[in-house]
Amino acid sequence: MYIIVVGGGKVGYYLTKTLLGEGHEVLLIERNGDKVDTFTERFGAVVVQGDGAEAAILANAGAARADVVIAVTGEDEDNLVVCQMARQKFHVRRTIARVNNPKNEQLFRLLGIDVTVSQTNYILNIIEQSIPDRSFIHLLSLRHADLAIIEATIAENSPVANRSISEIDLPVDCVIAAIARGPHLIVPTPGTEVQPGDEIIAVTHREQEDELRRLLVA
Amino acid sequence: MGCGRVGARIASILDHSGHDVSVVDVEPRAFKRLAPDFGGDTIIGTGIDEDVLRSAGIETATAFVAVTNGDNRNIMAAQVARLVFEVPEVVCRIYDPVREDTYRRLGLTTVCPTTTVSAQILDHVINAGENAPPLARRRPGGED
Repeated sequence: MYIIVVGGGKVGYYLTKTLLGEGHEVLLIERNGDKVDTFTERFGAVVVQGDGAEAAILANAGAARADVVIAVTGEDEDNLVVCQMARQKFHVRRTIARVNNPKNEQLFRLLGIDVTVSQTNYILNIIEQSIPDRSFIHLLSLRHADLAIIEATIAENSPVANRSISEIDLPVDCVIAAIARGPHLIVPTPGTEVQPGDEIIAVTHREQEDELRRLLVA
Repeated sequence: MGCGRVGARIASILDHSGHDVSVVDVEPRAFKRLAPDFGGDTIIGTGIDEDVLRSAGIETATAFVAVTNGDNRNIMAAQVARLVFEVPEVVCRIYDPVREDTYRRLGLTTVCPTTTVSAQILDHVINAGENAPPLARRRPGGED
């Protein structure tokens, strides 16, 4: 695969290193000439100095034959324009943008960026999962299907404690995918009884997330 | 959005002609460029932040002008104004002619100072200004 990475900050640097290690053809575009010199010493001739939003730079980088363009600068406006230029002028099939302000994720998708990655949101999610005594955690959004994967810890007083799956009146578009009980992972059947202390992994439509929360958490 | 020379001038002229004007700039000192009697609002912040645009009253705006020094910032803000807030008239300054061409094709109303200024200057150089608008220029043989 031919991958163009724009932005040689920490994310761009380690991304380039990883992709090169996996055997991909990678080109890193970075504005700062000093960084370009350092990266060239480390990676070889796969680093180009320039503004990744400029058509001439993208053309020289061979954007027309790139499979993916990944924009990971620290500025959302630059990442947006790099991806839009790659798509509009060079018909790059897949564009991935880093989103620094989590509020921009939705906007970028509206503006035609294939994939957005918000490290702020990821970090928030991980921290949220690590806070003790949280009984309902949003694990992941599956944005193309508007689905979410959630984890809920069943308390003694949960409305579903000591009831079998078939007795639980789940909201529409919700499914209990797995139950973690101590060291065991249980694939639930209609007869499986939910016990206090169980960790339930469920897939739900985003709109039903709150309803599911009320059902599982007292 | 953007209170540089162009932004401040546009804002001051619109204000003088009786329009309600809000100016957004990240740098508070930029507002000194506005006319001394400027009566509109000034908002400190970046125009690519939807909350900043809201506090500038974009939801009821009839026009939005993006004239910061950053092409990409103008492009992003103009798209937010047009697609998220559905502002009827959105104008976006883009210095890079290629980027300007690309976003004009995508439906933005764009102004590219690089091409317009170059064209004006070239017209003076090549045609001695015959087709040019009357700029301050020395007439041949004139004394000033």
